[in-house]
Amino acid sequence: MNTMIKEKKSNQKNVEQEVISAELEENNMKVRVENFNFYYDTTQALKDINLEIKANSVVGIIGPSGCGKSTFLRCFNRMNDTISSIRYEGKIRIDEKNIFDDNLDVVDLRRNVGMVFQKSNPFPKSIFENIAYGLKINGIKDKNFIAQKVEESLKNAALWDEIKDRLHKSAFALSGGQQQRLCIARALAIEPEVLLLDEPASALDPIATAKIEELIHELKKKYTILIVTHNMQQAARVSDYTAFFMLGELIECDETNKIFTNPSKKITEDYVTGRFG
Amino acid sequence: MERHLDEELSKLNTNLLKMAALVEEAIHRSIEALKKRDKDLAQKIIDDDQEIDEMEIQIEEEIIDLLALFQPMAGDLRLITTGMHINAELERIADLTVNIAQRVLEVADQPLVMPLVEIPRLANQAKLMVRRAIDAFVNQKEDIAKNVILSDKDSNKLRTVIMKELINDCMVKDGTTAPRAVPLLLVARDLERICDHASSIAEDVIYMIKAKVVKHHRERL
Repeated sequence: MNTMIKEKKSNQKNVEQEVISAELEENNMKVRVENFNFYYDTTQALKDINLEIKANSVVGIIGPSGCGKSTFLRCFNRMNDTISSIRYEGKIRIDEKNIFDDNLDVVDLRRNVGMVFQKSNPFPKSIFENIAYGLKINGIKDKNFIAQKVEESLKNAALWDEIKDRLHKSAFALSGGQQQRLCIARALAIEPEVLLLDEPASALDPIATAKIEELIHELKKKYTILIVTHNMQQAARVSDYTAFFMLGELIECDETNKIFTNPSKKITEDYVTGRFG
Repeated sequence: MERHLDEELSKLNTNLLKMAALVEEAIHRSIEALKKRDKDLAQKIIDDDQEIDEMEIQIEEEIIDLLALFQPMAGDLRLITTGMHINAELERIADLTVNIAQRVLEVADQPLVMPLVEIPRLANQAKLMVRRAIDAFVNQKEDIAKNVILSDKDSNKLRTVIMKELINDCMVKDGTTAPRAVPLLLVARDLERICDHASSIAEDVIYMIKAKVVKHHRERL
């Protein structure tokens, strides 16, 4: 009896997923956030977020400190799961799959959703091993394939030409900007579809920042990118869409040029023109 | 809290207002010079244009600084880019008053080909449109800007009336009046162009206030 109920539920779920999949595909959507609420213990950090993200687009997430933008970003690869007191409601779909489904493998999810943090965090290994590591723990043993993938990832992260002659030197010998691009290359090596960037250039000088921004522009041809940034000019330069968060609410999300020339909400206007925040 | 940028925007407003006052005065004096056939006044308009040119450069530099240093967004960005357009439009209006002054120098020593009735009316219309367009900018009044745009058709009509009079009543009847009639035709054209510039300022003002592009799209008014 239980099996039949489970099967029926599973069939209903499949139908729902197919419908959503068709909808997402029709609108070229990669990600859909539905009525999403997030709590740290009793504190609600995100309030009824609804958002759709197009495939191969860059979404800039802006807002004052504490507005929930990093919490939101960390939901996409369930990084927040490491905190015991958290709770969430609603769905985040990548393609048609809800990433909070019980049967979803979080390791698979994190393989599909790469993340780069504010501070570069290379492993205490060689440049080569930093990239190869992710492949090896995913069971890839073919040395030629790994070498090829390392080169490809470093090229995609616009780092290859700078470090190709010292692949076996420590990653710590690289500059801050190079380390950050190495982290991006590391994320790219396992071929994710979505990239999460949490203030990836905030600790970098203007030249390294420009390289990261150029890289984001290139990467969106292959990936869907969400970037949290405190730098509004950066959001304006790199993102196709900008989402403005305030006190856990998504105030508005629109095409970036609209947000920065004529936002719909006064509170967004006040934030982007520096009247608060 | 007033931002540093607000102070700078206030300075920009003040400077544009100063320039607009000079330009309005130039329109007024150009038509006074024509009515009185005052060559000294006409020459003064030509000489004083340099001050407006300098002002245009100064305001343009201020605007470039604002863009580079403050990287303005949203309403601030629209205000600054509108200021940039207005600055250029005002300078072009001033150049048109110089054209009128040059026509005055051509006709001042000769008898008028016809009594000046419609040309001063058109000049008043031009002056009023410029004043209202600037008023709409400073006070962020969309309705005033709309009225400026809509009143542009009156200036076109007036210009047509003037042209018909000069061509049909003067030049067709007596070809020898052409050397005195053509400068007045050009004056009418310049005045009508001033009205066009005022209208263009008003279009920018609507963009500034509503982020709505009405240029080439009057149906959006």
